Amino acid sequence: MLASLILTACATKKVQNQMQGDVYTGTDTVKYLASGVADRVFFATNESVLTTASRDTLRKQAEWLRKNSKINVVLEGHADERGTREYNLALGERRANAAKDYLMTYGISANRISVISYGKERPVDSGSNPLAWSKNRRSVTVKAN
Amino acid sequence: MRYLNFLVLLFVFIPIKAIALIEVDITRGNLNPLPIAVSPLSIDKESNQSLKEILRKENIGSEISIVVENNLKTSGLFNPLNKDAFLQEADIVHLKPRFEDWALIKAQALITGKVTYQDEKLRVEFRLWDVLAGKEMMALAFTTVPSNWRRVGHIITDKVYERLTGEKGYFDTRIIYVAEEGPKVKRIKKLAIMDQDGFNTKYLTLGNELVLTPRFNPTNQMVTYLSYFRNMPRVYLLDIETGVQEVVGDFPGMTFAPRFSPDGKKIIMSFAMDGNSDIYTMDLENRVVERITNHPSIDTSPSYSPDGKYICFNSDRSRYQQIYIMKSDGSNVKRISFGKGLYGTPVWSPRGDLIAFTKLHKGKFYIGVMRTDGSGERLLTENYYQEAPSWSPNGRVLIFYRETKSDSEGKGFSAKLWSIDLTGYNERLVGTESDASDPSWSSLLSN
Repeated sequence: MLASLILTACATKKVQNQMQGDVYTGTDTVKYLASGVADRVFFATNESVLTTASRDTLRKQAEWLRKNSKINVVLEGHADERGTREYNLALGERRANAAKDYLMTYGISANRISVISYGKERPVDSGSNPLAWSKNRRSVTVKAN
Repeated sequence: MRYLNFLVLLFVFIPIKAIALIEVDITRGNLNPLPIAVSPLSIDKESNQSLKEILRKENIGSEISIVVENNLKTSGLFNPLNKDAFLQEADIVHLKPRFEDWALIKAQALITGKVTYQDEKLRVEFRLWDVLAGKEMMALAFTTVPSNWRRVGHIITDKVYERLTGEKGYFDTRIIYVAEEGPKVKRIKKLAIMDQDGFNTKYLTLGNELVLTPRFNPTNQMVTYLSYFRNMPRVYLLDIETGVQEVVGDFPGMTFAPRFSPDGKKIIMSFAMDGNSDIYTMDLENRVVERITNHPSIDTSPSYSPDGKYICFNSDRSRYQQIYIMKSDGSNVKRISFGKGLYGTPVWSPRGDLIAFTKLHKGKFYIGVMRTDGSGERLLTENYYQEAPSWSPNGRVLIFYRETKSDSEGKGFSAKLWSIDLTGYNERLVGTESDASDPSWSSLLSN
């Protein structure tokens, strides 16, 4: 009984450690474009505002892109499954563009960046729970060449 | 796919007298469906032999009556009686029912018919009888190619439904939808089309690219949908008879959420650019593109009123997703949803008086309807996840898709089509061969 309580407590704590508000802050699904350069940023429900952590990630991406000037990228915008399909397509596009705009303010030319939205069509985590949804609300920077 | 026109012959017509005949009220939830007897259609030996060879059905007369029976049953307005209780033979009853026998088993209406095979054509005649009044209510005959036999059953149902409810039926129709398979993180989606009752499923794409939101042209056999062909999400136009398809317009970014105008001549859709989605139309004849909304918010899921004068859509211009209406030129934008929660996917009823929608409130999804000024909101069904209602052509039934919750491994997930009456009654799973989503209901194929 006590053991199971402790286990539950641990599980809850783990979830909390991976989310701030409802924005994912963990690293489970994150891949790296280069050492220390995470490929994705996460969003709050229905939001496309970049968090402090997201801006930090994108500055690192911008720096990496400046150093690797021949590399172009695709920003893939995604939404979680708790919205209507069409609205989520628009939301994914808005999220990817929020990331694109930020990269551009750090000197990356628009013609090196293309954007695609997958809406809720390509989740990384198939769970139906707040943590899974937080991992799925994302913009992922993918090398295009 | 080819569509043969039915030769509808007026076979016998008895003027309907103004005496009290059976009537079915479809405006309220019908808790007492009308008891109706659907006699197997009679068939002569010779015709049966020929049709058996062509269609590989033991008795096509009884097969057609089963189609009719299932249709009537799923409408929720009729209660087809068990055939075991029928006392009269199929051929005799079609000539002259012994009404006392049918009244005895509590049938109020009776359908009889006769199938023949003549000149390589299937000829089906049927009669609808008012059992209590002891009168014939209608009689019609159809001639078509034998392979169309299911459609004959659907057309008979439409005629019976119309005669007894006073409104057009919705049985000789089809549903286009997205067939789904595979794990949630790597879902394969194909366009599929089937008869309204789940038969004759055909796949229109192979699943090589992601496809979403197919919608019928209300006037012909064209379909518009979103395809990720070559990883470029664009609205496409597909002729389902020829298989020919083309991209709609030449937009430098994602186009999505397409729908036809009621006259079938325009496609209305969203175009997303630089983080902003606005609504556009393209005229299919002269290819002229018009911008309808111009707002930094997300404007999507547009749907015309049946007279083409107005458009409803959802927008987050008031911060969260809500339903708006405007004139078809984009002027007079007015928010109409003010209830608690988020509102999306508005679709204007073919009758013009209602807008169906998806609502998200406190973690639950609802399908509901409201008047076109936003008043009279009625939620028809609540679930974990459901969205995207589409109207039956007579505006009496909504079809939508529902997804189930999955565990952390993705187990337990499913996507299925469901239908529900406008009254909120008669919620039904619509059978599909695989998982399914994004249903769109066609117009009546024949009238």
